[in-house]
Amino acid sequence: MSDGVTSRLELTGITKSFPGVLANDDVSFSVAPGTIHALLGENGAGKSTLVKMIYGIMHPDAGEIRFDGKPVQVANPKAARAMGVGMVFQHFSLFEAMTVLENIALGLDEAVSYSELESRIRAVLEQYHLHLDPHRTVATLSVGERQRIEIVRALLLTPQLLIMDEPTSVLTPQEVAQLFDTLRALAKRGCSILYISHKLHEIVELCDKATILRGGKVVAECDPKKESSRSMAEMMIGGSLKEIEKAEGRSFGAERFVVADLSLPADDEFGTTLRNITFSVRAGEIFGVAGVAGNGQNELLLALSGERPVPFSDAVKIDGTPVGMLGADARRRHGLCAVPEERNGHGAVPGFSLIDNAILTARNRKNMVNWGVINSRLAERYTDEVIHTFAVKTTGASSPAGSLSGGNLQKFIMGREIMQAPEVLVVSQPTWGVDAGAAAAIHQEIVDLAARGSAVVVISQDLDELLAISDTLAVMNEGVLSRSLKVGEASVDEIGLLMGGVHGDPEATREYAGAAHVA
Amino acid sequence: MLLELEKRKQPSRRMLYLTPVISVLLTMIAGATIFSLLGYDGPGAVWAIFFVPVLDIGAWQDLGIKAAPLILIATGLSIGFRANVWNIGAEGQYVMGGLAGTGVALATWELEGWWILPAMCFAGVIGGALYAAIPAFLKTKLNVSEILSSLMLTYVSIQLLYFLMRGPWKDPEGFNFPQSRMFNDSQLLPEIGNTFVHLGVPIAFIVAVIAWYVLSKTVFGFEIRVVGAAPHAARYGGFNQKRTIWLALLAGGGFAGFAGILEAAGPYGQMVPQFPTGYGFTAIIVAFLGRLHPAGIVLGALILAISYVGGEIAQSSIGLPNAASGLFQAMMLFFLLATDILVTYRLRFGGARSGGAA
Repeated sequence: MSDGVTSRLELTGITKSFPGVLANDDVSFSVAPGTIHALLGENGAGKSTLVKMIYGIMHPDAGEIRFDGKPVQVANPKAARAMGVGMVFQHFSLFEAMTVLENIALGLDEAVSYSELESRIRAVLEQYHLHLDPHRTVATLSVGERQRIEIVRALLLTPQLLIMDEPTSVLTPQEVAQLFDTLRALAKRGCSILYISHKLHEIVELCDKATILRGGKVVAECDPKKESSRSMAEMMIGGSLKEIEKAEGRSFGAERFVVADLSLPADDEFGTTLRNITFSVRAGEIFGVAGVAGNGQNELLLALSGERPVPFSDAVKIDGTPVGMLGADARRRHGLCAVPEERNGHGAVPGFSLIDNAILTARNRKNMVNWGVINSRLAERYTDEVIHTFAVKTTGASSPAGSLSGGNLQKFIMGREIMQAPEVLVVSQPTWGVDAGAAAAIHQEIVDLAARGSAVVVISQDLDELLAISDTLAVMNEGVLSRSLKVGEASVDEIGLLMGGVHGDPEATREYAGAAHVA
Repeated sequence: MLLELEKRKQPSRRMLYLTPVISVLLTMIAGATIFSLLGYDGPGAVWAIFFVPVLDIGAWQDLGIKAAPLILIATGLSIGFRANVWNIGAEGQYVMGGLAGTGVALATWELEGWWILPAMCFAGVIGGALYAAIPAFLKTKLNVSEILSSLMLTYVSIQLLYFLMRGPWKDPEGFNFPQSRMFNDSQLLPEIGNTFVHLGVPIAFIVAVIAWYVLSKTVFGFEIRVVGAAPHAARYGGFNQKRTIWLALLAGGGFAGFAGILEAAGPYGQMVPQFPTGYGFTAIIVAFLGRLHPAGIVLGALILAISYVGGEIAQSSIGLPNAASGLFQAMMLFFLLATDILVTYRLRFGGARSGGAA
């Protein structure tokens, strides 16, 4: 890319190590002005570390960063911003109880009066055709709107380089399209964009160039327009990708898991109230729950797993047995296992050994307890079984769960639940933050479990994932679940509209879902 | 040379066991320095407090007697601490256990029988547990911090003790001294062989072994650990956090109450206003020094018992003030909490990484 034009950003030989890990090993690449450059890699490939060094949060052990041709040492994020580097993080840092304007003011390095700031914000919003009311309280905004705050915050500084870290993981398809328009407009004005993602079809659609990292090293550079999602995925994982094997034309058995009119008030001010959730899953069926994060998916998981029992027994039934008022332990005995979204501290205890983490949920279904005493030999044997069957990479059953990588821990948790042969499995975000190889393995296990006759509920924000594995799909919006749609009959646009198009009006969601179902 | 803290990939087990030892050594060094600066014989004080009681076989019985209540209370507290339930009021539960047992003793003072002593112990356990039930109720129903409620209740229990000693429970034949009747032979703990070590001492060691088994091998022990380490995971695993808070506080109170009645029926042989000597607070140090593990607690209790006995020796031999052993005990906790950081971080010499890329 150095045909006479000075690169906006040029990295040469960047190396960074942590105790026991070489996070970046001699990384070199350059980003040309006005291009959208993808940084692609599996979890743990070193993408985050690399951009943190560009943004001044970390400092390289060796190597050189050049910005507009000049070598620089980025001391801290403030220096990075002063240089013209903006960053939008995957997880937003916003105060929910404050307005958009106040949040943006708090993040600025200089003191600007509210009136001046507001006019500057409005100018940016107009320039990029973004919709955002500076006086709304953040708590009332959708995730897409919250992300816009972060983008506006970065754009106010007219950056020369904008770093976007997995920006679409929480957006509806329509919001993604809007974001892409904004990014293209930005690039046209000469701002370079470093776009981090593992969603390959987005990169094909959006980016001009891609640098692929694996194990901290640059393994390939390519033009995404000339590659397929599959070929890039294979460069990313350094092997070939397995397809999910799902038997065609499967037939389902009787209704195994029935949820009827389940309502549950929110835990706190920022929680979501569940309203009249109704659905049923037959034996062998995979039921997907789509929706933008924060629309009650967490609450739904807690209500289904029994961590928050509901006041009516009949609201949840397993094979006809009412279990609504039972807690997690009792529901497990009735055959319902669950995997929550958060692995650390919810699905597993990071400081505990894998054996103890197996005891956590499998102790009763796997008969590890006798008169209140834990049979640690049985627990260890079960842990070993899970590790072997699910190919969990670890130094042994007694190593702490916190020492496993995200994908391996997720494989362990999924394995721990699936090997209990549950009649009903409820999973939230089964492949969140998991690399492509592990994700494929987890998907296959879910499909196989259903093929053995279990009813499976998958709650996910990743629409592609749901479309790939589920048989039936419903969309969650503001604590309301739409009617079920058959996968294959519903279009992505329809689902996207259910996810956010009629945002703020749960009744409309229901009606729309009804219409879509009939049509 | 720059000192730098660097996060370890996983907590160091070696440091987990080493830091209590390091903190005791640092306490000795700091103690010697402080008392030298104050004009005492600093090294002599450390020698008297930490070494003389161990080298003098005659003091060993005393060590056992002082360690026993510490072991019992600290074991009970460790159950709560593992579950992140911070019962700071063991001193009050200890007093209430002693009072409940004394109540049984006073009601049976004209009787004889093998059953009286077990009945007193039972009352002691129940008395301590019920007193800990108050913070448990406040915590689970009203979300009141158990740290404050249990601590404040300690002072209530001490006032109740004073009231009973000066009023209803005053020995009618006691020349108006504010203390209860002497316990009779059926109410006193027997002594072992021809020593003055009472039965409560071996009981404390046996209880520690039982506690180890329960905490490490049973679902109850597992529940306590999970609730402490990750409340969400505990709920996901089917454990009820409120139930755990109740059990942890009742256990802590019961153990402290048991220690209370063993003290009353052992070394004291009656109830006196001087009964609360701070065992309930010192046991907090013991629990942490012992890493909340029963075996560690036994060792920690012995070290604290040494400092108690040694403090008395230092008072007479080099004229150290009475507060000296308290100072040493406090320093031990202070250094333990300070060195705790070495479990999750390592010390590195030399600031290698200032400035970044050249």
